[in-house]
Amino acid sequence: MDERPPIIRIGKLTKRFGGTVTAVDDVSLDIGEGEFFALLGPSGCGKTTLLRMIAGFEVPSEGQILVDGQDMVGVPPNKRPINMVFQSYAVFPHMSVADNVAYGLKITRVARDEVGRRVEEALDLVKLGGYGARMPDQLSGGQRQRVALARALVKRPKVLLLDEPLSALDAKLREAMQLELVRLQHAVGITFVIVTHDQQEALSMANRIAVMEAGRVRQVAPPAELYEFPKNRFVADFIGKMNLFEGTVAGVDGKRLLVDVAGLGRLTLDAEGPASGAVGIAVRPEKVRLCHEQPGEGMVALRGKVNEVAYYGDTSFVYVTDEFGRTISANLQNEARSAEPAVSIGDSLWCAWNPSDSLVLNA
Amino acid sequence: MAGPLLKRRREPLGPLDYSRRLSLRLTFLLTLLFLYAPILTLIAFSFNDSRRNIVWRGFTLKYYEKALNNDGLIEAFVNSLTIAFISTLIAVLLGAMVAVLLWRFRFPAKAPYEGAMALPIVIPEICMGVAMLAFFSRTGWPTDLPWPLNLGSITIAHVSFSFPFAAMVIRARLVNFNRELEEAAKDLGASEWQTFRDVLIPYMKPGLVAGALLAFTLSLDDFVITFFTSGPDTVTFPVKVYSMVRFSVTPEVNAASAVLIVITIALTATAMWLQNKTQRN
Repeated sequence: MDERPPIIRIGKLTKRFGGTVTAVDDVSLDIGEGEFFALLGPSGCGKTTLLRMIAGFEVPSEGQILVDGQDMVGVPPNKRPINMVFQSYAVFPHMSVADNVAYGLKITRVARDEVGRRVEEALDLVKLGGYGARMPDQLSGGQRQRVALARALVKRPKVLLLDEPLSALDAKLREAMQLELVRLQHAVGITFVIVTHDQQEALSMANRIAVMEAGRVRQVAPPAELYEFPKNRFVADFIGKMNLFEGTVAGVDGKRLLVDVAGLGRLTLDAEGPASGAVGIAVRPEKVRLCHEQPGEGMVALRGKVNEVAYYGDTSFVYVTDEFGRTISANLQNEARSAEPAVSIGDSLWCAWNPSDSLVLNA
Repeated sequence: MAGPLLKRRREPLGPLDYSRRLSLRLTFLLTLLFLYAPILTLIAFSFNDSRRNIVWRGFTLKYYEKALNNDGLIEAFVNSLTIAFISTLIAVLLGAMVAVLLWRFRFPAKAPYEGAMALPIVIPEICMGVAMLAFFSRTGWPTDLPWPLNLGSITIAHVSFSFPFAAMVIRARLVNFNRELEEAAKDLGASEWQTFRDVLIPYMKPGLVAGALLAFTLSLDDFVITFFTSGPDTVTFPVKVYSMVRFSVTPEVNAASAVLIVITIALTATAMWLQNKTQRN
């Protein structure tokens, strides 16, 4: 990934609306060829504006966008080697499926027999072979999305942009489509850039994710790194569930950081950080173990009372409140088949985790 | 008779069982009667074998024959259709342009412009007629042109009052347009014009058809404004009927009117059928 030149290079990109609203704020990103890249963030974080600038529907206020080394600023959307799958799919309602897919080829004067061949290929690719003569109103939502995909892919773009492609589908179909998109991306080898507010979607599909907040990119990393090593509180909190404790740095011991946390004592952590001041200590719920007896030395442990159990079938989330009023959540795998809950509300328990599973958050 | 009626009574009326309420059935019947009795009478009496149009004297088709042989009436009829056809074309074109302009762009004084576009709809026809008369006489509009150029002034007058209606209908259609369709076309390589031609116009089509229909019927039956703008050589059908009625209401007038009604209904039905077909296809 590193030795290949980036297919998209975004440099100090800023977009302001009406002088007061900054939708995208000084964003720099490199997206490599063949990547499945996700822009993830809450609504209003600027991810769609960023995507629309790459597509050419918004003009950047500052900064540059290079696609395959060529400056895209000032190039209209119809002249960019980029295609997009829209949130509403935007399948032309008055054209048949085949005409929809063929539109982008006909408009750029591709020879007729080649159009026919490529349309068929594209429809086969999205598993819509034989649907060419159908009209869009005879298709389901999922099928319409496949038409939108085929219509974009048939142009053989250098980059395919997808704007919240799965948000209009129901849960089952969404899951199937996630796998389908990954398969498709492997099959065509085109760079996919997807915008989503659904972290599950981003984690399961993308090979790199940029988390955005208020117009800025907070972290860019592969899914596992993003989940296990978030760089700041926003990312830690936005991706998955996270228990957060406020601590104070007591000192540095070689490569280790000594942090005092109320109720947990002094933690010795393999982490870099400031020599003094406040830091956040975070731990994921699935790293927290629940036990009835005090755990052994070397574990971070904390005593509390169960105040809620949320049952999800395969797992349960147990919420434990300690003497300081903090709530710690622990993820319990329901491994044994039993109708009796493993823990119930009011139980007094120990929450324990390995010190190396805790994370130091400076920002 | 009383038995089944009473039995039916016992079944309670559901909240949506409107069709079973007597008051509503009566209202339904009366509105139909109110709307269509005059028209049906007119058509029925066109077959009446009587010079005066009051008492039924038996069936005949001779007034249709008479109407067909009345050169003045036929000429007026052809004039009306010609004017309606040309003014509809121009009105729809103009209306579509206004609709797209108002929908697509933001520009200074947009609100007053929009209001000005809708004004011909509310201005009393008589005022518009007088204004047209004043305008054409003031500008010295030539009146002795050969047919169909002599219909120019009436056609212009018709366009001016019918295109706001067309614009309104087309604009109403555009409100629901998904802008992503336009962006999708551009994304696939279409220029601004190609997008307009391949995406926007097909989308507007039902609006265009409806607008055309409205403009056509408005033009065909307009009397007041036409009366002020027509000359001795440019009589339209409504004006001709009016001048005939001034002497006496003969079944001939009925016959001609019946033909007009049939044509209008046939055109409306055709347009609706076409619209249905394009939507389904």
